[in-house]
Amino acid sequence: MEDLILWSRAQFALTAIYHWLFVPLTLGLGVIIGIMETAYYRSGKEQWKQITKFWMKIFGINFAIGVATGIILEFQFGTNWSNYSWFVGDIFGAPLAIEGILAFFMESTFIAIMFFGWNKVSKGFHLASTWLTVFGASISALWILVANGWMQYPIGMTFNPDTVRNEMTDFWAVALSPIAINKFFHTVTSCWVVGSAACIGISSWFLLKNRHTEMAKKSIMIAAPFGIIGILLTIYTGDGSAYQVAQKQPMKLAAMEGLYQGTTKAPLVAVGILNPHEKVMNNEAKPLSFEIKIPYILSFLGYRDVNAFVPGINDLLKGGYPTQDGSTPLSAKQKMESGTLAVKALSEYKLAKRENNTYVQEKSLQTLKANYSNFGYGFIKDESQLVPNVALTFYAFRFMVIFGSAFLLLFSLLTYFNFKKISYERYRWLLYSGIIGIPVAYLVSQSGWIVAEVGRQPWVIQDLMPTFSAVSSLEASSVITTFVIFCVLFTVLLIAELSIMFKQIKKGF
Amino acid sequence: MDYNFFIQYWWFIISLLGALLVFLLFVQGGQTLIPWLAKNDIERTMLINSIGRKWEFTFTTLVTFGGAFFASFPLFYSTSFGGAYWVWMIILFCFIIQAVSYEFRTKENNILGTKTFDTFLLINGFGGAFLLGTAVGTFFTGSEFVINKENIANPMMPIISQWTNPLHGIEALFNVRNLLLGAVVLSLARTLGLLYFINNIHNQTIQERAKKLLRICGTVFVLLFITFLIVTFLSEGFGVDTQGNVIMVKYKYFLNYIEMPFLLGILLVGVLLVLYGLIKTIFTKTLFTKGIWYVGTGAVLAVLSLLLNVGYNNTAYYPSTFDLQSSLTIYNSSSSLFTLKAMSVVSIIIPFVLAYIFYAWRKMDKKPITKEEMEGGDHKY
Ligand code: HDD
Ligand code: HEM
Ligand code: HEM
Repeated sequence: MEDLILWSRAQFALTAIYHWLFVPLTLGLGVIIGIMETAYYRSGKEQWKQITKFWMKIFGINFAIGVATGIILEFQFGTNWSNYSWFVGDIFGAPLAIEGILAFFMESTFIAIMFFGWNKVSKGFHLASTWLTVFGASISALWILVANGWMQYPIGMTFNPDTVRNEMTDFWAVALSPIAINKFFHTVTSCWVVGSAACIGISSWFLLKNRHTEMAKKSIMIAAPFGIIGILLTIYTGDGSAYQVAQKQPMKLAAMEGLYQGTTKAPLVAVGILNPHEKVMNNEAKPLSFEIKIPYILSFLGYRDVNAFVPGINDLLKGGYPTQDGSTPLSAKQKMESGTLAVKALSEYKLAKRENNTYVQEKSLQTLKANYSNFGYGFIKDESQLVPNVALTFYAFRFMVIFGSAFLLLFSLLTYFNFKKISYERYRWLLYSGIIGIPVAYLVSQSGWIVAEVGRQPWVIQDLMPTFSAVSSLEASSVITTFVIFCVLFTVLLIAELSIMFKQIKKGF
Repeated sequence: MDYNFFIQYWWFIISLLGALLVFLLFVQGGQTLIPWLAKNDIERTMLINSIGRKWEFTFTTLVTFGGAFFASFPLFYSTSFGGAYWVWMIILFCFIIQAVSYEFRTKENNILGTKTFDTFLLINGFGGAFLLGTAVGTFFTGSEFVINKENIANPMMPIISQWTNPLHGIEALFNVRNLLLGAVVLSLARTLGLLYFINNIHNQTIQERAKKLLRICGTVFVLLFITFLIVTFLSEGFGVDTQGNVIMVKYKYFLNYIEMPFLLGILLVGVLLVLYGLIKTIFTKTLFTKGIWYVGTGAVLAVLSLLLNVGYNNTAYYPSTFDLQSSLTIYNSSSSLFTLKAMSVVSIIIPFVLAYIFYAWRKMDKKPITKEEMEGGDHKY
């Protein structure tokens, strides 16, 4: 069982990370291409068409492999997380279906026109198709993020003990959940950053090589200001994400900050080095062996109040810490007891129903209802299971914020030079930073997902279903085999993709 | 409109998506035909570009079929995908390799070489179509699993669906009736592929070759399909009695047609359209290019009718031979009334989606694929 869970998680993480190598470029570069083609449409200059077509080629190579890695993610909910698929399928399936109907068809119809329609349809229709492709891709992101947001903060449903699953009661609460909407804007605008970084990096390479300088500079002229918009919105919505996390997933926030002992007026750790988790949990060591702190900021970011108390991992386990609304949070032990009550009540209810004992049925139903919000804790055997991987979450978060914000500087410099008509191709360090920006942007983007997904462990559905009870009943060996196949197949395809991409870039505009 | 209405409506939508998917497998069928139809590189390029512009639709329909099945009948999603793990995984692998093959096959520095990507297309064509058919075969023949929802209240072992065959789906390949349906779907895909090429490519040599091959492929398909119908009608099926118990019923699928004559009507219209399209294409002296529309529509109707047959009229559409009472019916595996209603509102959009797809492709296909276009410098596979 242990192995099965481990490998199922590893497989999901592997395939999701691969999918996420390609999606950000689709979403980001897509918009840039749209702007470029609009420039062509309005000016009628062949050069803009040539620029558009070059970036479209890059887009197409990336898109194909994005689709290839996407299909497996969808079916994996069934193949590897079958228990999950039943327990929450009534809610979770809907966004996936809507994504297909609304978004994927739009994408796949208009992308064909975008690639093959240059001489077959009118200029205006072609431009519309390009924008519709980008629009389709972005709504597909919306619905998958609605699904993901719901896992982090399940709302709009009730538990039905007869069918033994959660059932949707409020579609709009699911679709417009503040977590989901914020996640959508943060994720999509962060993809604009990745797209801009890629466009700028490749153009910088041309400038360094002194090839296609005019078209490369025109590309940067579009990508850099667009990148500024992207990164500013990313930072703004990222703050929103952190705020939501503080409210809805305090354990994740504590892990992000390496915060074991909560305080009021909590400072934000700008840079820090963690001591090993085991030592800290046993109170032998301080959590951070090195740190630079900014006072008050964490309290303010998390609760919009510099005096607010931010609970640490130990507080969350012990319970009873002060909260803004004056309630007293339960300890982990109490939650586990309450969860166990809920799980037992469900058993009793089922038994009573079979025996037609309405009295016991009623009573157990009441117990279940009263304790359902802790249902998942009934599966937890030991408090320590409730703490996610602190180190991974902590460093990934720092990496995202620090290196992510650096893009503001890069994009601003380039925009400034462009605006002032300063010929920046003399500054080779700037062009090199542009190139280094590409891998950094991808790593920043991946680390965002590490924060989001690793930080919410052990939950697949926050407080209701721990990851280990979501799996399918399979032999670990089966999952290991598919893991290895995916790992090899995707890696080979990635290498092929990169090799094709580099060749296309070398060939130039 | 009550719960039952919405359940039946969603089974209809799923069946329709399934039927459209089978029609769109002409892409897979087309891929399997390339070695027979193309004698040189330019011909291969024409064929691949002709179906290559449609592959995304098949793919997207498969994805949407999965998503819609998940949303409307989650217990199927959880039981079948998690249980028959290996069949589904192999099917997925067949599709993963397809998605990159078109875009990468002729690109410089593609590492694996054009031959490899063309082999991927062959694997996807043969494997994808055949295995999808085989997997759907289990709707008629059953699988081995038990479901106990109360397991969720057992913290030691909370998983509700257990597959009882250690082969996890591979066993479907050892049942002749499943294989027969696999062969039916594959031969239909190939037949449709030929008809599609005749319609979409303006090149006499290829069209003549396709027409010749159609005699064989079309006949094989018709014979296999009739065999499948006879075998299915004569076999026992999985019915549900008035108490809600799943029982074996002699001639169940045939009786369903007798008891639901409108479904029989759809099947017959479908079969007639298929036959008309085939005969007209094969025996018209001049080139008849509209065959795909007749055979395609006919295939959609026939598949739709078969899938409705296996779901409606107290039939268990995903039976368990290990524990009959674990079998899935559209009633015990569906989503809640609320979810089905919400999804029904969304389904109103489907006709609009179909409309813009149709409109966009009318514009694109006004100029069919020609040698000249393939020799030109624009984007191609
Ligand atoms: C270029 C990419 C990029 C950049 C520069 C940033 N982020 Fe980010 N971040 C993402 C890309 C990303 C992401 C990949 O899109 C994530 C993963 C999950 C999600 O919702 O978005 C994410 C998640 C994510 C989360 C976790 C959300 C959750 O758990 O649901 C937080 C708290 C932040 N971000 C906060 C920030 C802050 C305060 C930033 C300030 C600079 C920032 N991010 C920059
Ligand atoms: C594409 C971007 C994403 C990336 C890179 C990503 C990354 C990860 C990682 C690293 C894990 C493993 C966590 C662990 O086991 O410690 C994971 C687990 C998981 N994620 Fe994501 N994720 C992404 C998007 C999503 C979305 C959109 C959903 C849901 C709609 C989702 C659902 C899950 C599930 C069900 C698991 C498995 C259970 C678990 O281990 O928590 N992920 N993901
Ligand atoms: C873990 C959950 C996820 C699942 C189940 C999933 C599913 C899929 C599937 C099935 C496809 C292929 C669609 C086609 O047939 O055209 C796809 C592609 C795509 N997905 Fe995902 N996806 C996931 C995560 C994400 C996330 C988090 C985003 C964006 C925020 C995203 C955005 C896209 C986009 C834009 C495409 C278009 C093709 C491309 O990747 O370049 N996906 N996804």
